[in-house]
Amino acid sequence: MKALVWHGKQDIRCDTVTDPEIEDPRDAIIKVTSCAICGSDLHLFHNFIPAMLPGDIMGHEMMGEVMEVGSGVNGRLKKGDRIVVPFTIICGECDQCKRGNFSVCERTNRKKDLADKVFGHSTAGLFGYTHLTGGYPGGQAEYLRVPFADRTHIKVPSHLTDEQVLFLGDILPTGWQAAAQCDIEETDTVAVWGCGPVGQMTIRSAILLGARQVVAIDRLPERLSMAEAAGAITINFEKESVIGRLEDLTDGKGPEKCIDSVGLESHVSFGQPDTLLDRAKQMMMLESDRPHVLREMIYVCRPAGIVSIPGVYGGLVDKFPMGIAMNKGLTFRMGQTHVNRWTDDLLRRIEEGEIDPSFVITHTARLEDGPHMYNVFRDKQDGCVKVVLKP
Amino acid sequence: MNMMVRAADIARWPSDPKVTQTGRSSLTEAVRMARGLGWFSIGLGLFELFGARSLARTLGFRDSEWLIRGYGLREVASGLACLSVNPGPGVASRIAGDALDIVTLAALSRPDNPKKRNVELALLAVLGVTLLDMLCQADVSIRHSRGRSGSHDYSDRSGLPRRLKELRTELDSV
Repeated sequence: MKALVWHGKQDIRCDTVTDPEIEDPRDAIIKVTSCAICGSDLHLFHNFIPAMLPGDIMGHEMMGEVMEVGSGVNGRLKKGDRIVVPFTIICGECDQCKRGNFSVCERTNRKKDLADKVFGHSTAGLFGYTHLTGGYPGGQAEYLRVPFADRTHIKVPSHLTDEQVLFLGDILPTGWQAAAQCDIEETDTVAVWGCGPVGQMTIRSAILLGARQVVAIDRLPERLSMAEAAGAITINFEKESVIGRLEDLTDGKGPEKCIDSVGLESHVSFGQPDTLLDRAKQMMMLESDRPHVLREMIYVCRPAGIVSIPGVYGGLVDKFPMGIAMNKGLTFRMGQTHVNRWTDDLLRRIEEGEIDPSFVITHTARLEDGPHMYNVFRDKQDGCVKVVLKP
Repeated sequence: MNMMVRAADIARWPSDPKVTQTGRSSLTEAVRMARGLGWFSIGLGLFELFGARSLARTLGFRDSEWLIRGYGLREVASGLACLSVNPGPGVASRIAGDALDIVTLAALSRPDNPKKRNVELALLAVLGVTLLDMLCQADVSIRHSRGRSGSHDYSDRSGLPRRLKELRTELDSV
């Protein structure tokens, strides 16, 4: 089969690979009908996430049709079912899964020993990601083996298009969780840093959860226009002061809720000198992540506010203003998304026309064009916000 | 097939799909060239740092070892920047460094310098590399710039169909 394979920094290739096979009774094989390139795929593309190996298949946003199921799937899936695959692999039986903490499932990381050593305790297995999360082959491919398939799936009805439901596997619940964990009240100002795909979903989630005003921060006009379309107030940080404008919008008190949808690759510019220092350190391997957004959020957030972090961080950050965070009594909430905790509710909202996640798709291409589309997405060329690939 | 992939297969789960044939890469010629220049820069920089004395002798550049070491540090920094995910600033810094090297070598190319011939050869080499740097810089900025992306307008993409309908109804009733 064809698959997009990681070969090294900025080197993704459309390779021919052997087909996946059922290995365990709880497995299923799906024929991928749609998959997408995620912002966190770019962290792998740039080699900022440790423990990738040449030959790893990329992709953790995918859906398709079930072709084959193992004997242990127990009727929960059958051939021909149409499913979205959540990026977190879950057993559904461990203590964490029972509590709904699916992204820290205790059983699905098949390289648990490695993860225990690095993280202290292992987290869930993830598709198309680092070997610290199991090194499972991803879904930017024609076929995918879904381990623990009896639990790791979201069945979707046939009257909804791939484009409407594909993002149930990652960016929609990620944006939703980012907003939900802010405990939004109707008097709240929610500031969202980053208007990429996750930022766009976060903005809409915060609006649906009843925020008084949602402020979207980015520098790209096309992404800001998309944020504005949902009703967000926008700040172009290349044209105005983020802190000054947020103070104006909140009577000098700061936003109650701040959400980082940027993660470890903050934009580097002379206007934000700390980003230059972070970039220099990153190049010399003295720091793995650029946490400019975290610093700004901690500074501007209203005391006793909540800082929510759906953006991916990979390792170590420097100059983290812990003193400010502690004295202001901020609450931090973060983590990989507990996808299946949210998907029943979100699927209902899609079916009822409350949200249509397909708005974010700007480019659709063949799987073979994937390597080129990685560059288009990375360089934000041609107004690219979200790429969907059709194997 | 790529040797790195074959070697990495040892650490991969035995039953996972294996690469049988490699296809087109996302790595552009511009980035490949920038990386080549980056490694060259690091190599030259290390030579200038640790071989400053013999380089000064070769060029007839007396009492200037610390200056050459300074240039070496600059080369290493530019090289590291060329190897980064956004090599544009690194290649630009190489071009600025080339200009400095050309000025320095031109000043050394005096008739009274017994190593004038070596200086002229070095100057020729620097001019050649400068040309490569400029070609690379042009290629990087064409292939990896955003172009006219800012002209896209997505203000019709609310993603909230029901809310939009409700707002329209509200507006109609006003």
